[in-house]
Amino acid sequence: MTSAILVANHLVKTYTQRSGKFGFGTTLVKALDDVSISLTAGKTLAVVGESGSGKSTLARCLLQLQPLDSGEVLFAGQDLAKLDRAALRLVRKNLQMVFQDPFASLNPRMRVGEIVGEGLVIHGLGSEAEQQQKVIAMLKRVGLTEADMQKYPHEFSGGQRQRVGIARALVLQPKVVVCDEPVSALDVSIQAQILLLLKELQAEMALSYLFISHDLRVVRHIADDIVVMHQGKVVEQGSVVDIYQQPQHEYTRNLLAAIPGKKAVNA
Amino acid sequence: MNQASPLLQLKQLTVAPKKTPARLLVNQVSFSIDRGKTTCVVGESGSGKSLTALSVMGLLSKQLQLTSGQVLFNDGESGEQDLTQLDEAHLRKIRGAKIGMIFQEPMTSLNPVLTVGYQIGESLTTHLGMKGDLLKAKIASLLEMVGIPPSRANSYPDELSGGQRQRVMIAMSIACEPRLLIADEPTTALDVTVQAQILKLLDELKTRMNVGMLFITHDFGVVADIADDVVVMFRGQIVESGTKEQVLNHPQHPYTKALLACVPDAEGKNALKPIDYAWLPENQRSPQASNEILVAVV
Repeated sequence: MTSAILVANHLVKTYTQRSGKFGFGTTLVKALDDVSISLTAGKTLAVVGESGSGKSTLARCLLQLQPLDSGEVLFAGQDLAKLDRAALRLVRKNLQMVFQDPFASLNPRMRVGEIVGEGLVIHGLGSEAEQQQKVIAMLKRVGLTEADMQKYPHEFSGGQRQRVGIARALVLQPKVVVCDEPVSALDVSIQAQILLLLKELQAEMALSYLFISHDLRVVRHIADDIVVMHQGKVVEQGSVVDIYQQPQHEYTRNLLAAIPGKKAVNA
Repeated sequence: MNQASPLLQLKQLTVAPKKTPARLLVNQVSFSIDRGKTTCVVGESGSGKSLTALSVMGLLSKQLQLTSGQVLFNDGESGEQDLTQLDEAHLRKIRGAKIGMIFQEPMTSLNPVLTVGYQIGESLTTHLGMKGDLLKAKIASLLEMVGIPPSRANSYPDELSGGQRQRVMIAMSIACEPRLLIADEPTTALDVTVQAQILKLLDELKTRMNVGMLFITHDFGVVADIADDVVVMFRGQIVESGTKEQVLNHPQHPYTKALLACVPDAEGKNALKPIDYAWLPENQRSPQASNEILVAVV
């Protein structure tokens, strides 16, 4: 029996956008239009779609980094939207995020050790020595060294920075990790390393991933289930195998057809 | 017309920082591009592929220098010229007119305070002296060619989507009907669906205008879609080159094989593989060498 660890029901989020000459007019953009998803414990749910399809908004709303207009987000039976700040902070320990751009998402003035250990300090987990130990263990686990703690983000390559981002998210031993395009800024050759690391960590720490991506080649390898989003709506969802073999919706078929490298397969 | 020699020929091109001339960022790179063909340069970050493109245009930053090599450009009109020997004034006449360049980030490479129509028309005015209604008509036809409604000529870059901005970049680069197009990762910042459209557009333009294209990418999927010939670079050197069929289907060099193996396939048939450096001598396997190069360039 599989159980859902994170469930979102009928999420709605609208943005107001300036429009017209000099931005005097306004238009409403529906970034999330009645979106419902369910993440199974220990599995990876991929959210795919183009820019503007609302997939990053979904991620941010799930973690309550942005307020919702309506709808509920249930984590282990608790509605996150109804929690106050203090209670939400406690829950956040279990909900972490790996961001897209490893060049912009790490504070350039903090040492890597501080970046990774910050969550432990905020949540007051363990003594200083224990925190130190946890940070070192986590850095080693993601393929960095103890000496890297003293370095600043700019001293690392893109792939290494993304490892720091992963260590930062996982040091709190969360239950759910939202990965917002974690490899799209990386070279193809580095992508595979990071994806494999994420997979290994998932098995070791029993993590559930919400994996946001526009690259269907990557999704094929990491996801168990897929949600396809288009203009704020979920147009199709199902298991990876079903969607790749029998896409039902026109938009999904377009996405699959746009994967580069089709010609090589035929050559 | 001298059609015998190729459109562009790089001979033993070598680039190094002025302060540390021993560190070769681009090392003895030679290849050629024919009219109406696309040559893809593939490699990881720091492999020297962008520097190769920039040195063709004479756009290397001041900290870097071309230590040796020739860039022979033959547009079929003024005979074969070595671009490395030309002065800035002559180069300026070639850039934009004979050689067009499309940069990686459409978000940052357009001027936000000028309309896209103005930016497309700029090179037409500079190189061909077009103005007035003639210029307007030409801009409209260029926009149409890249699939943007001509009425958008008065839009500012922030009013266009990422894909549209990249189309504007393409319209700018083909405005003077160059003989050679240099595209530095033109689709890396774009969505897959938009990427497919842009690649198709570039491929059509190549055939219609018979331009040669130097296309830089790190994605073998893109290579498969657009290339005629492929050059694989690793740490400043060419490790393998040949036709697309040769390189993609029968790679000879272990690096090419490793790079091909780590591209995730959409069918999910092959397991994910991290890049394999086992073919390198033990003491050179750490990616530190290439990282140092990166730092030096930035």
